[in-house]
Amino acid sequence: MNTEILVGERLRHSYGRGTVLDVERIALRSGELLAVLGPNGAGKSTLLRFLAMLEKPSSGRIAFHGRTGTAAEQALRAASAAVFQRPHFWRGEVSYNVGLGLSFRRVPVPETKARVKRICQLLEIDHLLQAEIETLSGGQAQRVALARALVLQPEVLFLDEPTASLDTAARADLREDLERVARQRAGSVLLITHDRNEAFTLADRIAVLVDGRLAQLGTPTELYENPADPYIARVTGAELSLRGRVLRADGRTLLVDVGGTQLSTVGDAGEGVMVKIAYRPEDLVLASPELAIGEISTRNLFFATVRERRDIGGLVRLRLFGPPEVVALVTRSAAEELDLRPEARVSVRIKATALHTYPAGERDGDLGQTGMDAEPDAEPDAAAPIESAEPEPPAPAEIVGDRSGPAG
Amino acid sequence: MDPLFEAFRLIVSGDLQVWRVILRSAQISGSALVIAVLIGLPIGAAVGLSRFRFRGPVVAVINTGLALPPVVVGLVVFLLLSRSGPLGGLQLLYSPVAMVFAQVIIAGPYIAAVTLAAAESVPADVRLQARALGAGRFRAILLQLREVRTSLVAAVAAGFGAIISEVGAVMIVGGNILGETRVMTTAIVQETQRGNFGSAIAFGIVLLLVALYINALLLLLGWRATRRPLTA
Repeated sequence: MNTEILVGERLRHSYGRGTVLDVERIALRSGELLAVLGPNGAGKSTLLRFLAMLEKPSSGRIAFHGRTGTAAEQALRAASAAVFQRPHFWRGEVSYNVGLGLSFRRVPVPETKARVKRICQLLEIDHLLQAEIETLSGGQAQRVALARALVLQPEVLFLDEPTASLDTAARADLREDLERVARQRAGSVLLITHDRNEAFTLADRIAVLVDGRLAQLGTPTELYENPADPYIARVTGAELSLRGRVLRADGRTLLVDVGGTQLSTVGDAGEGVMVKIAYRPEDLVLASPELAIGEISTRNLFFATVRERRDIGGLVRLRLFGPPEVVALVTRSAAEELDLRPEARVSVRIKATALHTYPAGERDGDLGQTGMDAEPDAEPDAAAPIESAEPEPPAPAEIVGDRSGPAG
Repeated sequence: MDPLFEAFRLIVSGDLQVWRVILRSAQISGSALVIAVLIGLPIGAAVGLSRFRFRGPVVAVINTGLALPPVVVGLVVFLLLSRSGPLGGLQLLYSPVAMVFAQVIIAGPYIAAVTLAAAESVPADVRLQARALGAGRFRAILLQLREVRTSLVAAVAAGFGAIISEVGAVMIVGGNILGETRVMTTAIVQETQRGNFGSAIAFGIVLLLVALYINALLLLLGWRATRRPLTA
């Protein structure tokens, strides 16, 4: 699992005068699914084409099993396959297209037919084997593209936003296929995506690419718990609406004044420094205000009024004003139990370790990407350059009580 | 006699002289077309599918070939093959080989230019997809050209049209020798000059029929290429 099979070092590429990619080092390990997550235009697909040795960067070195140059390219061609966002098919039947890669490898026709049939059965598209390629729907076409790659049993599978052009249902189906089949049939997978749910659901490690640079590389848990900067905090679903001034710094534990409310947070900033605080709406713990009266053990406790409620499927997104103004995400049943309607009062708790603090000058989650500010009342991802396809946070809000008492 | 009636009579009677001219035309233009395809198609594909320095001027040169006057081609080939020319020692002037030579120079740019335009229109994704599935460079090129196969058929048709109807160059380098270098276009010129309008029209009709037949054949080839399903 830890053997690095495909390594890119000092990869730099420029178009005209602009540098579109500048990655010091990235490695795909044996047996892992490495997701490269980033907004549109971050250089993700460019990086994939370089690592797949389909195109050459302006400078840099790519090694496959320690080999470089033509030998590595030939070896990678024979050991890899790719699925693109808009895969190209050659006119003909599905069976012809799925078997194309095997014909490149001079696999005998009877074996090709058997392998094509087997992979199509596995992906439940065997009923389409004799269908003309132009008759397929987008979702079917993308599954055929996946079959065409997986039939090769590649040591390295490159997936360039395979679900991006699909509707929600087809996307869910394909994601399930990726989880169920791709990991069995391919040795290692490099997945390019701008969908954070996809990355966090499927990947063993995630590389966040921003403006052509690798901003952070780690396991989903590492990225979730210790986002390197506000941008990655935003990528992992955090809100960045809180601003304040550091009153006291004790190592990495900070006391920050946010609009008159003092919050304990974690981060690296000196006293008197203006900071912004990232938090995840699902980390806010809401309860009936009476339950919190007299409580002194919770460091971050404040009372707030519900300003706005928005139902998103099984979840409810609430805009609360204390101060500070925050956004919370709770389950619909919890919202009903607490009767969370506009003007309702609630107590809000959040752990200090769930508040990540960054100096106010650092790159923001969306500033500079879309030019839009992170308004707390914005849709979860409406302004964000990285999309979350479904309103499903990594962990739903914990509800600790209702009007009658604590709830599980 | 009515020239049209005379033309009809010559065609159906199987006049040996007429058929010798027709067969010689097919032989010379057919050979020239094959050679022009073998040269023009790879050049057009190579330039159309690749990006290199000074590509622009190369494309301009190929496209200029479309405007090459056949008479000028004939003159140049004549000077090359004439006794005092650099290739005079080969003694090819006034031979079918000289006519093929001239027709290749005329048809080559047509085939290369149309192929180039077609190849340029192939999306870059096609090459990436082919390579990503393990295709070698040559196989990837063939798969890219497959995407524009109807345009390639059109390129061949354009080349054929340029040479089957051409008269100036073949007249200069071939000399219109009966049984040797007389082809349909030069025969039409000669019969018209002699006042044998029936024969001239007969050759004209045959020329059109041959052109129609070849183009229909190419059309069918292109149509089949797009319709025939491919299976594993």
